[in-house]
Amino acid sequence: MRVLVAMSGGVDSSVVAARLLEEGHEVVGATLQLYDSRAPAKKGACCAGQDIRDARAVADRLGFPHYVIDAEQRFTSSVIERFADAYAQGETPVPCVACNQGVKFTDLLGLAREIGAQAMATGHYVRRIEGPQGAELHRPVDAERDQSWFLFATTREQLEFLRFPLGDMPDKAAVRREAERFGLVVAGKPDSQDLCFVTDGSYVDLVERMHPEMAGPGEIVDRQGRVVGQHEGVMRFTVGQSKRLGNAARLEGERQMVVGVEPARRRVIIGPRAQASVQELLVRDVNWLVDAPPEGLACRVQMRAREIPRPAHVVPTPDGARVLLEEPAMPAPGQACVFYQGSRILGGGFIRRAEPQGDQAPARAEGEKTHG
Amino acid sequence: MPPSPDDGAAHAVYLDANATEPLRPSAAAAMLEAAGLTGNPSSVHAQGRRARALLEEARAVVARRLDADLLNCVFTSGGTEANVLALHGFAPGRRVLVGRTEHDAVRMGVPEGAALEWLEVDAFGQVRLDLLEETLARPHALPALVCLMLANNETGVLHPMAEVARLCARYGAHLHGDAVQAVGRMDVALHAGGFGSLACSGHKLGGPKGAGALLLAGPAPRALSPLFVGGGQEQGRRGGTQALPAIAGMARALEEALDTQPHHAPLRDALERAACAAGAVVCGAGAPRLANTSCLALPGLRAQGQLMRLDLEGFCVSAGSACSSGKVASSHVLEAMGLEELAGQAIRVSLPWSVRAEDVERFTATYVRLAAGRTGGGAISVAGGLV
Repeated sequence: MRVLVAMSGGVDSSVVAARLLEEGHEVVGATLQLYDSRAPAKKGACCAGQDIRDARAVADRLGFPHYVIDAEQRFTSSVIERFADAYAQGETPVPCVACNQGVKFTDLLGLAREIGAQAMATGHYVRRIEGPQGAELHRPVDAERDQSWFLFATTREQLEFLRFPLGDMPDKAAVRREAERFGLVVAGKPDSQDLCFVTDGSYVDLVERMHPEMAGPGEIVDRQGRVVGQHEGVMRFTVGQSKRLGNAARLEGERQMVVGVEPARRRVIIGPRAQASVQELLVRDVNWLVDAPPEGLACRVQMRAREIPRPAHVVPTPDGARVLLEEPAMPAPGQACVFYQGSRILGGGFIRRAEPQGDQAPARAEGEKTHG
Repeated sequence: MPPSPDDGAAHAVYLDANATEPLRPSAAAAMLEAAGLTGNPSSVHAQGRRARALLEEARAVVARRLDADLLNCVFTSGGTEANVLALHGFAPGRRVLVGRTEHDAVRMGVPEGAALEWLEVDAFGQVRLDLLEETLARPHALPALVCLMLANNETGVLHPMAEVARLCARYGAHLHGDAVQAVGRMDVALHAGGFGSLACSGHKLGGPKGAGALLLAGPAPRALSPLFVGGGQEQGRRGGTQALPAIAGMARALEEALDTQPHHAPLRDALERAACAAGAVVCGAGAPRLANTSCLALPGLRAQGQLMRLDLEGFCVSAGSACSSGKVASSHVLEAMGLEELAGQAIRVSLPWSVRAEDVERFTATYVRLAAGRTGGGAISVAGGLV
């Protein structure tokens, strides 16, 4: 069948293309140009970065057509700007989810259908398993590279059309061996790190450029509003974090952590670590990959890119879902809360900000910069 | 797995002449002959003289066929260099007026610091003569350099160059014509057309890539500041050893292009009738156009997807402004014509000298199928210039 392979120019998606070709499929490669990877250049100039050249070199070597898709504007508005805006609202966003959901699984997948492809394949580490009620989304074999958390927003319709050939690979070394077997120039290419669109400096610089009102030093306060220290910028702080608090890291003998961030006032709110306790949270923009029973279901929820899932009960609500944790935690507004049963993803959503109540300030959690 | 050398390109129907024309066999023969000569045209010995003779023969052909003087035909590496050389030479001391729909060679070739003004086009893509005159008539310390293309690469639309030339003459402006798409497809004459300079390119006529020419008005050798001085070739106007095989190929291609008349118009018209019936709009249809060029927009279907679909089915066409990375961006030409969304939904079909009727018929059938299968879109209000 005709398969569109989303190629990033890295080793994973290159191996996907090579394997599908070897299996006899008609492979069409496509690389999204998401941002200008070079230093500011003359307007109107072309901007193919190294990754695009690598993807093209792989396609040329293996002999299948390859196209570069301009998604710069859409990526800027649907991923980068939303990323910065979320910080301005005191959230810690997961831009990889927004990108997979929009640019990749909506736009590129739509293009795949337009060109008559019967499937679209990516190099994500996640498994798609054909179940009795249709395609299911599962954690990959290689737990080290699990990207399932970043893909919770994949709809059932998208999942039917998608293929993830690397979900069964035992480890990255095996993928690299495959790349060598196919003679791919990218076999030894290092993995991409952090947020792809932060090409110079850190994400903090990028957000501060887009929201200068949030930049600059401010106060660290306790839950009662007493100033207990100074910080260099609210974007560097997320709920649950103890680093960068200086002398305020320990107050009256108790270890402190960030319990909230107020970007508008450039304030970081801290509280004793031992008092961390959220047992019920709301999630929005929920995507269900099963028919959710109205009374809810027992499962495990993962609220950060890297953490052990916690037992919980999830109940659908008209505008999302309510999550009741067995043990209290410090969920981070803006992060994903993904529902698992064993290796299978049942659904997920984004953690809402708690309504301020009493001395409870809006909370925001530690930024997870693991790329997905 | 052995790499496939052409992913089926050998079987493809080629309808992308405005990107580059297939090489004419006569041009290939001329190239081969020139490549057999060892001499450098600047050398004083016998081999050099032979090379020089061939070079001057080519110069005589290009100058004569395009109504220029032998002494004012400067060979370059191609159309971009010819345009940039003209801008580099004529922009200093002038204000530069550039059409909105010009090729990037010109739009991006204006020297930094030059006083640049844009010339707006109407909904058909033709330069607004009223605004041009207004601009030229405005008192200004500097005389004007007007840069317009004879035929647009994306739509094939022709500017009203006779009127433009008259206005330029009346107001003492230098008119530089980008004739890259026009030469070989319509009458082009430097002096008779009222141009101060003209740029052309060999591979758009069926010659090889790598040669072009800048023609300068006037009977006596016209001085021009070179982009690179080198050994002072081309009378000090373009340094560097001339690419003799490419130049000889260009001259032969030019002769053949002007001496043979491809019958593009009926093929093009049939294609456009079928496309319109299938829901396409022809951009710039109300204006005089090159007979080989159709810019077809399908409301609701992105140009990128159309190109990929057609490519995978074996048809080589393009969207207006594919850049060197290969990505397809929205067309600045169609945006200047006020076509907004359609600017990202248009492809260009340009018939080469070698086109066969059955190529166009096969393309038409596929295109109509593609148009019929599209979803969404619906009624999109567009500016004029469409049929």
